[in-house]
Amino acid sequence: MSSRIPLPYAPRVLELFQNPQNLGRMEDATIAASAGSPACGDMIAFYLKINEGTGIITKSSFESYGCASNIAAASQLTIMIENKSLEDAWKITWADVSEALGGLPSVKTHCGSLAVGALRRAIRAYYTEISKSIPKWVPENLTKDEKHALEEEALAEKLAKKYKLNVPSDK
Amino acid sequence: MSGVEGLLKQHGKPIKDVYLDWENGSVVDKEVLDVMIPIYLEKTFGNPAITHKIGWETYDFYVKAKTAIAKPLSVDPQTLALTHSFTESNNLAIKGLLPLNKKKKKIIVSEAEHLSVIHTAKSLFNQQYHVDIIPVSNDGTVNLDVLQEKLDDDTLLVSLQTTNHELGTMQPVKAALEIVKDKSEEIFFHTDATAAFGRVPIDYNKLEVDLATFNSNRILGPKGIAALYVREGIKMKALYEGQLSVEILSPDVENPALLAGFAKAVELQFSKFDQVKENITRLRDKLLYGLLTSIERTEMNGPSGERRAPDNVNISYLGCEGEALTVECSMNGIYVSSGSACTSRVLMPSHILTAIGRKPEEAHGSLLMKLNRLNTEEQVDYVLERMPKIISRIRSITGGIEL
Repeated sequence: MSSRIPLPYAPRVLELFQNPQNLGRMEDATIAASAGSPACGDMIAFYLKINEGTGIITKSSFESYGCASNIAAASQLTIMIENKSLEDAWKITWADVSEALGGLPSVKTHCGSLAVGALRRAIRAYYTEISKSIPKWVPENLTKDEKHALEEEALAEKLAKKYKLNVPSDK
Repeated sequence: MSGVEGLLKQHGKPIKDVYLDWENGSVVDKEVLDVMIPIYLEKTFGNPAITHKIGWETYDFYVKAKTAIAKPLSVDPQTLALTHSFTESNNLAIKGLLPLNKKKKKIIVSEAEHLSVIHTAKSLFNQQYHVDIIPVSNDGTVNLDVLQEKLDDDTLLVSLQTTNHELGTMQPVKAALEIVKDKSEEIFFHTDATAAFGRVPIDYNKLEVDLATFNSNRILGPKGIAALYVREGIKMKALYEGQLSVEILSPDVENPALLAGFAKAVELQFSKFDQVKENITRLRDKLLYGLLTSIERTEMNGPSGERRAPDNVNISYLGCEGEALTVECSMNGIYVSSGSACTSRVLMPSHILTAIGRKPEEAHGSLLMKLNRLNTEEQVDYVLERMPKIISRIRSITGGIEL
Protein backbone atom coordinates (compact mmCIF):
# COMPACT_ATOMS: atom_id res chain seq x y z
CA MET A 1 0.00 0.00 0.00
CA SER A 2 1.40 3.37 -0.92
CA SER A 3 -1.09 5.69 0.67
CA ARG A 4 -2.26 6.15 4.21
CA ILE A 5 -5.90 6.45 5.05
CA PRO A 6 -6.47 9.58 7.12
CA LEU A 7 -9.17 9.84 9.73
CA PRO A 8 -12.61 9.79 8.24
CA TYR A 9 -15.02 9.68 11.14
CA ALA A 10 -18.44 8.16 10.67
CA PRO A 11 -21.23 10.74 11.04
CA ARG A 12 -22.32 9.10 14.32
CA VAL A 13 -18.98 10.08 15.90
CA LEU A 14 -19.54 13.71 15.04
CA GLU A 15 -23.17 13.52 16.14
CA LEU A 16 -22.19 12.30 19.61
CA PHE A 17 -19.31 14.77 19.76
CA GLN A 18 -21.72 17.61 19.04
CA ASN A 19 -24.32 16.34 21.43
CA PRO A 20 -22.82 13.87 23.89
CA GLN A 21 -25.29 11.73 25.82
CA ASN A 22 -24.74 11.02 29.52
CA LEU A 23 -21.93 13.52 29.90
CA GLY A 24 -20.65 14.62 33.27
CA ARG A 25 -19.50 13.53 36.68
CA MET A 26 -22.07 11.59 38.73
CA GLU A 27 -21.94 12.65 42.35
CA ASP A 28 -23.97 9.72 43.68
CA ALA A 29 -22.31 7.05 41.55
CA THR A 30 -22.07 3.58 43.03
CA ILE A 31 -18.64 3.17 41.48
CA ALA A 32 -16.31 5.12 39.21
CA ALA A 33 -13.18 4.19 37.27
CA SER A 34 -10.93 5.76 34.71
CA ALA A 35 -8.59 4.58 31.97
CA GLY A 36 -5.94 6.19 29.82
CA SER A 37 -3.43 8.89 30.52
CA PRO A 38 -3.04 12.59 29.96
CA ALA A 39 0.42 11.94 28.52
CA CYS A 40 -1.15 10.04 25.63
CA GLY A 41 -3.82 12.68 25.35
CA ASP A 42 -6.78 10.47 26.14
CA MET A 43 -8.46 9.60 29.36
CA ILE A 44 -11.97 8.43 30.13
CA ALA A 45 -13.76 8.46 33.48
CA PHE A 46 -16.81 6.22 33.87
CA TYR A 47 -19.52 6.54 36.52
CA LEU A 48 -22.07 3.81 37.22
CA LYS A 49 -25.20 3.89 39.34
CA ILE A 50 -26.01 0.29 40.13
CA ASN A 51 -29.11 -1.24 41.66
CA GLU A 52 -27.29 -3.40 44.13
CA GLY A 53 -30.21 -5.77 44.54
CA THR A 54 -30.66 -6.61 40.86
CA GLY A 55 -27.18 -5.85 39.51
CA ILE A 56 -28.71 -3.57 36.89
CA ILE A 57 -26.98 -0.38 35.74
CA THR A 58 -29.66 2.24 36.24
CA LYS A 59 -27.57 5.21 35.16
CA SER A 60 -24.15 5.81 33.76
CA SER A 61 -22.14 8.81 32.71
CA PHE A 62 -18.67 9.73 31.51
CA GLU A 63 -16.09 12.46 31.27
CA SER A 64 -13.47 12.46 28.54
CA TYR A 65 -10.18 14.19 28.05
CA GLY A 66 -9.64 13.04 24.52
CA CYS A 67 -10.30 13.33 20.84
CA ALA A 68 -13.72 13.37 19.17
CA SER A 69 -13.81 9.59 18.78
CA ASN A 70 -12.80 9.13 22.39
CA ILE A 71 -15.73 11.28 23.48
CA ALA A 72 -18.10 9.53 21.09
CA ALA A 73 -16.95 6.05 22.14
CA ALA A 74 -17.49 6.80 25.83
CA SER A 75 -20.89 8.35 25.18
CA GLN A 76 -21.94 5.48 22.91
CA LEU A 77 -21.01 2.97 25.58
CA THR A 78 -23.11 4.72 28.24
CA ILE A 79 -26.08 4.45 25.86
CA MET A 80 -25.39 0.77 25.22
CA ILE A 81 -25.28 -0.21 28.91
CA GLU A 82 -28.40 1.63 29.99
CA ASN A 83 -30.60 -0.67 32.06
CA LYS A 84 -28.33 -3.60 31.30
CA SER A 85 -27.19 -6.08 33.89
CA LEU A 86 -23.54 -5.80 34.89
CA GLU A 87 -22.97 -9.15 33.22
CA ASP A 88 -24.43 -7.98 29.89
CA ALA A 89 -22.52 -4.71 30.12
CA TRP A 90 -19.31 -6.66 30.71
CA LYS A 91 -19.84 -8.57 27.47
CA ILE A 92 -19.75 -5.46 25.29
CA THR A 93 -16.53 -5.33 23.31
CA TRP A 94 -14.65 -2.51 21.62
CA ALA A 95 -15.81 -3.98 18.32
CA ASP A 96 -19.44 -3.53 19.43
CA VAL A 97 -18.74 0.10 20.33
CA SER A 98 -16.91 0.69 17.08
CA GLU A 99 -19.76 -0.86 15.11
CA ALA A 100 -22.34 1.27 16.88
CA LEU A 101 -20.30 4.33 15.94
CA GLY A 102 -20.32 3.32 12.28
CA GLY A 103 -16.78 1.98 12.44
CA LEU A 104 -13.86 3.81 14.01
CA PRO A 105 -10.83 4.57 11.84
CA SER A 106 -8.18 1.93 12.52
CA VAL A 107 -5.88 4.29 14.39
CA LYS A 108 -8.79 5.19 16.64
CA THR A 109 -9.91 1.72 17.62
CA HIS A 110 -8.01 2.16 20.84
CA CYS A 111 -10.53 4.87 21.80
CA GLY A 112 -13.26 2.23 21.80
CA SER A 113 -10.99 -0.13 23.64
CA LEU A 114 -10.22 2.51 26.25
CA ALA A 115 -13.92 3.15 26.89
CA VAL A 116 -14.56 -0.59 27.33
CA GLY A 117 -11.47 -0.82 29.55
CA ALA A 118 -12.78 1.94 31.81
CA LEU A 119 -16.20 0.32 32.05
CA ARG A 120 -14.79 -3.11 32.91
CA ARG A 121 -12.52 -1.54 35.49
CA ALA A 122 -15.57 0.03 37.07
CA ILE A 123 -17.47 -3.27 37.06
CA ARG A 124 -14.51 -5.18 38.47
CA ALA A 125 -14.02 -2.50 41.11
CA TYR A 126 -17.70 -2.73 42.04
CA TYR A 127 -17.38 -6.45 42.77
CA THR A 128 -14.04 -6.24 44.54
CA GLU A 129 -14.62 -3.07 46.53
CA ILE A 130 -18.36 -2.86 47.14
CA SER A 131 -20.18 -6.16 46.82
CA LYS A 132 -17.04 -8.04 47.90
CA SER A 133 -17.96 -11.15 45.93
CA ILE A 134 -16.81 -11.66 42.38
CA PRO A 135 -19.20 -13.54 40.10
CA LYS A 136 -17.84 -16.34 37.96
CA TRP A 137 -18.34 -14.45 34.67
CA VAL A 138 -15.73 -11.90 35.68
CA PRO A 139 -12.50 -13.53 34.56
CA GLU A 140 -9.77 -13.70 37.15
CA ASN A 141 -7.24 -12.36 34.68
CA LEU A 142 -7.61 -8.95 33.13
CA THR A 143 -9.37 -8.91 29.76
CA LYS A 144 -7.80 -7.52 26.61
CA ASP A 145 -9.47 -4.13 26.96
CA GLU A 146 -8.45 -3.78 30.60
CA LYS A 147 -4.94 -4.74 29.61
CA HIS A 148 -5.05 -2.28 26.76
CA ALA A 149 -5.74 0.51 29.23
CA LEU A 150 -2.82 -0.68 31.32
CA GLU A 151 -0.63 -0.92 28.26
CA GLU A 152 -1.48 2.57 27.19
CA GLU A 153 -0.77 3.92 30.65
CA ALA A 154 2.54 2.04 30.66
CA LEU A 155 3.34 3.29 27.18
CA ALA A 156 2.69 6.84 28.30
CA GLU A 157 5.13 6.37 31.10
CA LYS A 158 7.72 4.82 28.81
CA LEU A 159 7.39 7.50 26.17
CA ALA A 160 7.49 10.15 28.84
CA LYS A 161 10.78 8.81 30.08
CA LYS A 162 12.16 8.54 26.58
CA TYR A 163 11.26 12.11 25.76
CA LYS A 164 11.96 13.29 29.30
CA LEU A 165 8.44 14.53 29.72
CA ASN A 166 7.17 15.66 33.01
CA VAL A 167 4.39 13.18 33.65
CA PRO A 168 2.50 13.46 36.90
CA SER A 169 2.99 10.31 38.96
CA ASP A 170 0.09 8.06 39.88
CA LYS A 171 -2.48 9.76 41.98
CA MET B 1 -16.61 7.15 -2.37
CA SER B 2 -14.22 8.36 0.32
CA GLY B 3 -16.73 7.68 3.08
CA VAL B 4 -16.61 11.28 4.24
CA GLU B 5 -19.84 12.48 2.61
CA GLY B 6 -21.98 11.58 5.62
CA LEU B 7 -19.48 13.14 7.96
CA LEU B 8 -19.54 16.43 6.07
CA LYS B 9 -23.33 16.38 6.07
CA GLN B 10 -23.36 15.88 9.83
CA HIS B 11 -20.77 18.66 10.19
CA GLY B 12 -23.02 21.13 8.41
CA LYS B 13 -22.18 24.55 7.08
CA PRO B 14 -20.80 26.98 9.65
CA ILE B 15 -22.04 30.58 9.58
CA LYS B 16 -18.53 31.73 8.64
CA ASP B 17 -15.35 30.16 7.33
CA VAL B 18 -12.10 31.43 8.80
CA TYR B 19 -9.07 29.54 7.57
CA LEU B 20 -6.03 29.87 9.83
CA ASP B 21 -4.29 26.57 9.05
CA TRP B 22 -1.78 28.10 6.64
CA GLU B 23 0.87 25.86 8.15
CA ASN B 24 -0.78 22.83 6.61
CA GLY B 25 -1.95 24.07 3.26
CA SER B 26 -2.80 27.25 1.39
CA VAL B 27 -5.04 28.35 -1.41
CA VAL B 28 -3.43 29.90 -4.43
CA ASP B 29 -3.82 33.64 -4.86
CA LYS B 30 -6.21 34.44 -7.73
CA GLU B 31 -3.52 36.53 -9.46
CA VAL B 32 -1.15 33.57 -9.19
CA LEU B 33 -3.62 31.27 -10.88
CA ASP B 34 -4.20 33.86 -13.60
CA VAL B 35 -0.56 33.67 -14.72
CA MET B 36 -0.55 29.87 -14.56
CA ILE B 37 -3.56 29.15 -16.75
CA PRO B 38 -2.13 30.39 -20.09
CA ILE B 39 0.96 28.25 -19.48
CA TYR B 40 -1.18 25.16 -19.06
CA LEU B 41 -3.26 26.07 -22.10
CA GLU B 42 -1.14 27.82 -24.71
CA LYS B 43 2.38 29.20 -24.14
CA THR B 44 5.80 28.44 -22.63
CA PHE B 45 4.56 25.02 -21.60
CA GLY B 46 7.49 23.27 -23.26
CA ASN B 47 10.79 21.86 -22.15
CA PRO B 48 13.32 24.66 -21.72
CA ALA B 49 16.19 22.33 -22.72
CA ILE B 50 14.86 21.58 -26.23
CA THR B 51 15.89 23.39 -29.41
CA HIS B 52 12.75 24.64 -31.06
CA LYS B 53 10.66 27.78 -30.76
CA ILE B 54 8.48 26.57 -27.90
CA GLY B 55 11.57 25.31 -26.07
CA TRP B 56 13.39 28.62 -26.49
CA GLU B 57 10.32 30.61 -25.44
CA THR B 58 10.01 28.39 -22.43
CA TYR B 59 13.68 28.86 -21.59
CA ASP B 60 13.30 32.64 -21.87
CA PHE B 61 10.31 32.53 -19.54
CA TYR B 62 12.17 30.17 -17.24
CA VAL B 63 15.13 32.48 -16.74
CA LYS B 64 12.89 35.49 -16.13
CA ALA B 65 10.76 33.64 -13.60
CA LYS B 66 13.76 32.44 -11.62
CA THR B 67 15.15 35.96 -11.67
CA ALA B 68 11.90 37.19 -10.14
CA ILE B 69 12.13 34.62 -7.35
CA ALA B 70 15.79 35.46 -6.66
CA LYS B 71 15.25 39.21 -6.56
CA PRO B 72 13.83 39.74 -3.06
CA LEU B 73 16.50 37.40 -1.70
CA SER B 74 19.28 39.41 -3.38
CA VAL B 75 20.81 36.27 -4.83
CA ASP B 76 21.85 35.17 -8.31
CA PRO B 77 19.01 33.20 -9.98
CA GLN B 78 21.53 30.51 -10.87
CA THR B 79 21.95 29.76 -7.18
CA LEU B 80 18.33 28.67 -6.82
CA ALA B 81 17.71 24.97 -7.37
CA LEU B 82 14.05 24.29 -8.03
CA THR B 83 12.56 21.31 -6.22
CA HIS B 84 9.05 19.97 -5.75
CA SER B 85 8.56 20.76 -2.06
CA PHE B 86 10.30 22.16 0.99
CA THR B 87 10.62 18.56 2.16
CA GLU B 88 12.64 17.76 -0.95
CA SER B 89 14.70 20.94 -0.49
CA ASN B 90 15.53 19.95 3.09
CA ASN B 91 16.39 16.40 2.03
CA LEU B 92 18.54 17.73 -0.79
CA ALA B 93 20.33 20.19 1.49
CA ILE B 94 21.44 17.34 3.74
CA LYS B 95 21.74 14.28 1.52
CA GLY B 96 22.96 16.16 -1.55
CA LEU B 97 26.13 17.21 0.21
CA LEU B 98 27.18 13.75 1.33
CA PRO B 99 28.51 12.06 -1.84
CA LEU B 100 31.03 14.84 -2.51
CA ASN B 101 32.10 15.33 1.11
CA LYS B 102 32.69 11.82 2.36
CA LYS B 103 35.33 12.53 4.97
CA LYS B 104 33.20 14.38 7.48
CA LYS B 105 30.58 12.44 9.35
CA LYS B 106 28.77 14.77 11.71
CA ILE B 107 25.54 16.68 11.17
CA ILE B 108 24.11 19.13 13.69
CA VAL B 109 20.43 20.11 13.75
CA SER B 110 18.21 21.64 16.41
CA GLU B 111 15.44 19.69 18.09
CA ALA B 112 12.89 22.25 16.92
CA GLU B 113 13.60 21.71 13.22
CA HIS B 114 10.86 20.55 10.91
CA LEU B 115 10.66 16.74 10.77
CA SER B 116 11.84 16.84 7.16
CA VAL B 117 15.19 17.99 8.57
CA ILE B 118 15.27 15.86 11.73
CA HIS B 119 14.13 12.66 10.02
CA THR B 120 16.50 13.20 7.12
CA ALA B 121 19.44 13.70 9.46
CA LYS B 122 18.46 10.71 11.59
CA SER B 123 18.07 8.51 8.50
CA LEU B 124 21.84 8.76 8.09
CA PHE B 125 22.58 7.09 11.42
CA ASN B 126 23.02 3.68 9.83
CA GLN B 127 25.41 5.12 7.25
CA GLN B 128 27.94 5.85 9.96
CA TYR B 129 26.90 9.45 10.35
CA HIS B 130 26.73 11.05 13.73
CA VAL B 131 23.79 13.39 14.33
CA ASP B 132 23.84 15.92 17.16
CA ILE B 133 20.50 17.39 18.06
CA ILE B 134 20.94 20.62 19.95
CA PRO B 135 18.34 21.80 22.46
CA VAL B 136 16.17 24.89 22.40
CA SER B 137 15.08 27.19 25.23
CA ASN B 138 11.53 27.32 26.56
CA ASP B 139 10.59 29.82 23.85
CA GLY B 140 12.12 27.66 21.13
CA THR B 141 15.40 29.54 20.66
CA VAL B 142 18.36 27.41 19.63
CA ASN B 143 21.02 27.11 22.32
CA LEU B 144 24.12 28.60 20.71
CA ASP B 145 26.42 27.54 23.56
CA VAL B 146 25.62 23.91 22.85
CA LEU B 147 26.09 24.53 19.13
CA GLN B 148 29.55 25.92 19.88
CA GLU B 149 30.38 22.86 22.01
CA LYS B 150 29.22 20.36 19.41
CA LEU B 151 31.18 21.82 16.48
CA ASP B 152 34.32 19.88 15.68
CA ASP B 153 36.59 18.96 12.78
CA ASP B 154 34.28 16.12 11.82
CA THR B 155 31.27 18.45 11.36
CA LEU B 156 29.97 18.51 7.80
CA LEU B 157 26.76 20.47 8.14
CA VAL B 158 24.73 22.55 10.56
CA SER B 159 21.03 22.96 9.79
CA LEU B 160 19.08 25.55 11.76
CA GLN B 161 15.74 27.00 10.67
CA THR B 162 15.26 30.74 10.22
CA THR B 163 11.86 30.81 11.92
CA ASN B 164 10.21 28.00 13.80
CA HIS B 165 7.07 26.88 11.99
CA GLU B 166 5.07 26.03 15.12
CA LEU B 167 6.22 28.55 17.70
CA GLY B 168 7.12 31.46 15.44
CA THR B 169 10.50 31.76 17.13
CA MET B 170 12.88 33.79 14.99
CA GLN B 171 16.18 32.03 15.38
CA PRO B 172 19.53 33.79 15.80
CA VAL B 173 20.70 32.53 12.40
CA LYS B 174 23.26 35.26 11.94
CA ALA B 175 24.91 34.60 15.30
CA ALA B 176 24.80 30.84 14.70
CA LEU B 177 26.37 31.29 11.28
CA GLU B 178 29.21 33.33 12.78
CA ILE B 179 29.87 30.67 15.40
CA VAL B 180 29.95 27.96 12.73
CA LYS B 181 32.17 29.85 10.29
CA ASP B 182 34.51 30.94 13.08
CA LYS B 183 35.04 27.29 13.82
CA SER B 184 35.66 26.47 10.18
CA GLU B 185 34.75 28.06 6.86
CA GLU B 186 34.37 24.54 5.55
CA ILE B 187 31.38 23.59 7.66
CA PHE B 188 28.23 23.96 5.59
CA PHE B 189 25.33 25.96 7.02
CA HIS B 190 21.77 25.26 5.92
CA THR B 191 18.71 27.17 7.05
CA ASP B 192 15.13 26.05 6.48
CA ALA B 193 13.46 29.37 5.73
CA THR B 194 10.07 27.88 4.86
CA ALA B 195 8.26 29.59 7.73
CA ALA B 196 10.23 32.84 7.36
CA PHE B 197 10.08 33.41 3.60
CA GLY B 198 7.91 36.40 2.78
CA ARG B 199 7.24 37.10 6.45
CA VAL B 200 10.50 38.35 7.82
CA PRO B 201 13.17 40.20 5.83
CA ILE B 202 15.89 37.87 4.55
CA ASP B 203 18.92 38.97 2.56
CA TYR B 204 21.11 35.98 1.85
CA ASN B 205 23.75 38.08 0.17
CA LYS B 206 24.42 39.62 3.54
CA LEU B 207 23.65 36.56 5.61
CA GLU B 208 25.94 34.29 3.60
CA VAL B 209 24.40 30.96 4.50
CA ASP B 210 25.41 28.10 2.23
CA LEU B 211 22.00 26.56 1.72
CA ALA B 212 18.44 27.76 2.33
CA THR B 213 14.99 26.26 1.78
CA PHE B 214 12.03 28.24 0.38
CA ASN B 215 8.52 27.20 -0.46
CA SER B 216 5.84 28.44 -2.81
CA ASN B 217 2.57 27.34 -1.20
CA ARG B 218 3.33 29.08 2.11
CA ILE B 219 3.16 32.41 0.25
CA LEU B 220 -0.01 31.49 -1.65
CA GLY B 221 1.80 30.08 -4.67
CA PRO B 222 1.00 26.60 -6.04
CA LYS B 223 1.92 23.40 -4.24
CA GLY B 224 4.47 21.17 -5.92
CA ILE B 225 7.29 23.66 -6.25
CA ALA B 226 9.93 24.98 -3.88
CA ALA B 227 13.56 26.03 -4.01
CA LEU B 228 16.89 25.40 -2.41
CA TYR B 229 19.40 28.22 -2.43
CA VAL B 230 22.86 26.76 -3.03
CA ARG B 231 25.67 29.28 -2.62
CA GLU B 232 27.85 29.58 -5.70
CA GLY B 233 30.69 27.08 -5.74
CA ILE B 234 29.04 24.44 -3.56
CA LYS B 235 28.92 21.07 -5.26
CA MET B 236 26.00 18.78 -4.63
CA LYS B 237 24.47 15.66 -6.07
CA ALA B 238 20.83 15.23 -7.05
CA LEU B 239 18.70 12.95 -4.87
CA TYR B 240 17.56 10.92 -7.85
CA GLU B 241 18.58 10.13 -11.40
CA GLY B 242 16.96 11.34 -14.57
CA GLN B 243 17.45 13.09 -17.84
CA LEU B 244 19.64 16.07 -18.57
CA SER B 245 17.57 19.10 -17.72
CA VAL B 246 18.03 22.77 -16.94
CA GLU B 247 17.80 22.04 -13.24
CA ILE B 248 20.89 20.03 -12.33
CA LEU B 249 19.61 19.06 -8.89
CA SER B 250 16.12 18.09 -10.15
CA PRO B 251 16.86 15.93 -13.17
CA ASP B 252 13.39 15.78 -14.62
CA VAL B 253 11.14 17.86 -16.84
CA GLU B 254 10.66 21.40 -15.57
CA ASN B 255 7.16 22.57 -14.75
CA PRO B 256 6.74 26.07 -16.19
CA ALA B 257 3.20 26.64 -14.90
CA LEU B 258 4.18 25.95 -11.31
CA LEU B 259 7.27 28.11 -11.73
CA ALA B 260 5.17 30.98 -13.10
CA GLY B 261 2.87 30.67 -10.09
CA PHE B 262 5.79 30.59 -7.67
CA ALA B 263 7.33 33.69 -9.28
CA LYS B 264 4.02 35.56 -9.17
CA ALA B 265 3.49 34.58 -5.54
CA VAL B 266 6.92 35.96 -4.68
CA GLU B 267 6.18 39.18 -6.54
CA LEU B 268 2.85 39.63 -4.74
CA GLN B 269 4.19 38.71 -1.30
CA PHE B 270 7.10 41.12 -1.55
CA SER B 271 5.42 43.99 -3.42
CA LYS B 272 3.66 45.15 -0.25
CA PHE B 273 5.98 43.46 2.19
CA ASP B 274 6.16 46.17 4.86
CA GLN B 275 2.48 47.01 4.72
CA VAL B 276 1.41 43.37 4.93
CA LYS B 277 3.88 42.63 7.71
CA GLU B 278 2.62 45.56 9.74
CA ASN B 279 -1.01 44.60 9.21
CA ILE B 280 -0.46 40.93 10.04
CA THR B 281 1.54 41.80 13.14
CA ARG B 282 -1.33 43.97 14.34
CA LEU B 283 -3.87 41.19 13.69
CA ARG B 284 -1.57 38.66 15.37
CA ASP B 285 -1.30 40.78 18.51
CA LYS B 286 -5.03 41.35 18.61
CA LEU B 287 -5.69 37.63 18.26
CA LEU B 288 -2.89 36.41 20.52
CA TYR B 289 -3.43 38.77 23.42
CA GLY B 290 -7.18 38.75 22.93
CA LEU B 291 -7.27 34.97 23.42
CA LEU B 292 -4.81 35.04 26.31
CA THR B 293 -6.83 37.66 28.19
CA SER B 294 -10.35 36.39 27.45
CA ILE B 295 -9.70 32.72 28.24
CA GLU B 296 -8.40 31.40 31.54
CA ARG B 297 -5.77 28.69 31.98
CA THR B 298 -3.90 29.42 28.77
CA GLU B 299 -0.21 29.47 27.98
CA MET B 300 1.41 31.14 25.01
CA ASN B 301 3.86 28.91 23.16
CA GLY B 302 6.89 30.69 21.70
CA PRO B 303 8.35 34.14 22.32
CA SER B 304 6.54 37.46 22.52
CA GLY B 305 7.27 40.73 20.76
CA GLU B 306 9.84 41.27 18.04
CA ARG B 307 11.26 37.76 18.25
CA ARG B 308 7.96 36.19 17.29
CA ALA B 309 7.13 35.76 13.60
CA PRO B 310 4.36 38.17 12.59
CA ASP B 311 1.99 35.41 11.50
CA ASN B 312 2.13 33.04 14.47
CA VAL B 313 -0.40 32.46 17.25
CA ASN B 314 0.20 29.31 19.30
CA ILE B 315 -1.57 28.81 22.62
CA SER B 316 -2.11 25.84 24.94
CA TYR B 317 -5.55 25.62 26.48
CA LEU B 318 -5.26 23.56 29.64
CA GLY B 319 -7.96 21.00 30.22
CA CYS B 320 -8.64 20.62 26.51
CA GLU B 321 -7.51 17.90 24.18
CA GLY B 322 -6.37 19.43 20.90
CA GLU B 323 -7.95 17.07 18.39
CA ALA B 324 -11.35 17.62 19.98
CA LEU B 325 -10.60 21.35 19.88
CA THR B 326 -9.82 21.31 16.16
CA VAL B 327 -13.12 19.49 15.52
CA GLU B 328 -15.09 21.93 17.69
CA CYS B 329 -13.35 24.87 15.98
CA SER B 330 -14.27 23.34 12.64
CA MET B 331 -17.95 23.19 13.64
CA ASN B 332 -17.63 26.91 14.23
CA GLY B 333 -15.98 27.46 10.87
CA ILE B 334 -12.51 28.06 12.31
CA TYR B 335 -9.84 25.87 10.72
CA VAL B 336 -6.70 25.38 12.78
CA SER B 337 -4.25 22.63 13.75
CA SER B 338 -3.06 21.19 17.03
CA GLY B 339 0.12 19.72 18.46
CA SER B 340 -2.00 17.01 20.06
CA ALA B 341 -1.00 13.37 19.75
CA CYS B 342 -4.40 12.44 18.35
CA THR B 343 -3.96 14.63 15.30
CA SER B 344 -0.60 13.06 14.54
CA ARG B 345 -1.57 9.37 14.48
CA VAL B 346 1.13 8.54 16.99
CA LEU B 347 0.70 8.71 20.71
CA MET B 348 3.15 11.55 21.15
CA PRO B 349 2.44 15.26 21.01
CA SER B 350 4.38 17.70 18.82
CA HIS B 351 8.14 17.18 19.20
CA ILE B 352 8.59 20.93 19.28
CA LEU B 353 6.22 21.51 22.19
CA THR B 354 7.92 18.78 24.18
CA ALA B 355 11.31 20.25 23.20
CA ILE B 356 10.40 23.54 24.87
CA GLY B 357 9.42 21.67 28.01
CA ARG B 358 5.65 21.69 27.67
CA LYS B 359 4.01 18.99 29.78
CA PRO B 360 2.03 16.48 27.69
CA GLU B 361 -1.31 17.92 28.81
CA GLU B 362 -0.14 21.37 27.72
CA ALA B 363 1.10 20.11 24.37
CA HIS B 364 -2.08 18.10 23.76
CA GLY B 365 -4.18 21.23 24.32
CA SER B 366 -2.29 23.45 21.90
CA LEU B 367 -3.73 25.19 18.87
CA LEU B 368 -1.67 26.73 16.10
CA MET B 369 -3.21 29.62 14.19
CA LYS B 370 -1.43 31.43 11.40
CA LEU B 371 -2.33 34.66 9.67
CA ASN B 372 -1.57 35.89 6.19
CA ARG B 373 -2.56 38.68 3.87
CA LEU B 374 -5.91 37.08 3.10
CA ASN B 375 -7.07 37.27 6.72
CA THR B 376 -9.13 40.23 7.85
CA GLU B 377 -9.81 42.02 11.11
CA GLU B 378 -13.42 40.90 10.90
CA GLN B 379 -12.23 37.28 10.88
CA VAL B 380 -10.03 37.89 13.91
CA ASP B 381 -12.98 39.45 15.73
CA TYR B 382 -15.10 36.41 14.89
CA VAL B 383 -12.45 34.02 16.23
CA LEU B 384 -12.12 36.09 19.41
CA GLU B 385 -15.87 35.98 19.87
CA ARG B 386 -16.12 32.20 19.34
CA MET B 387 -13.06 30.79 21.04
CA PRO B 388 -14.14 31.28 24.68
CA LYS B 389 -17.30 29.24 23.95
CA ILE B 390 -15.33 26.57 22.11
CA ILE B 391 -12.85 26.18 24.96
CA SER B 392 -15.57 26.16 27.56
CA ARG B 393 -17.48 23.38 25.79
CA ILE B 394 -14.43 21.14 25.46
CA ARG B 395 -13.54 21.81 29.10
CA SER B 396 -17.06 20.79 30.10
CA ILE B 397 -16.45 17.39 28.46
CA THR B 398 -13.14 16.99 30.27
CA GLY B 399 -15.08 17.82 33.41
CA GLY B 400 -13.31 16.89 36.58
CA ILE B 401 -10.69 14.60 35.07
CA GLU B 402 -7.51 15.59 36.78
CA LEU B 403 -4.59 16.11 34.47
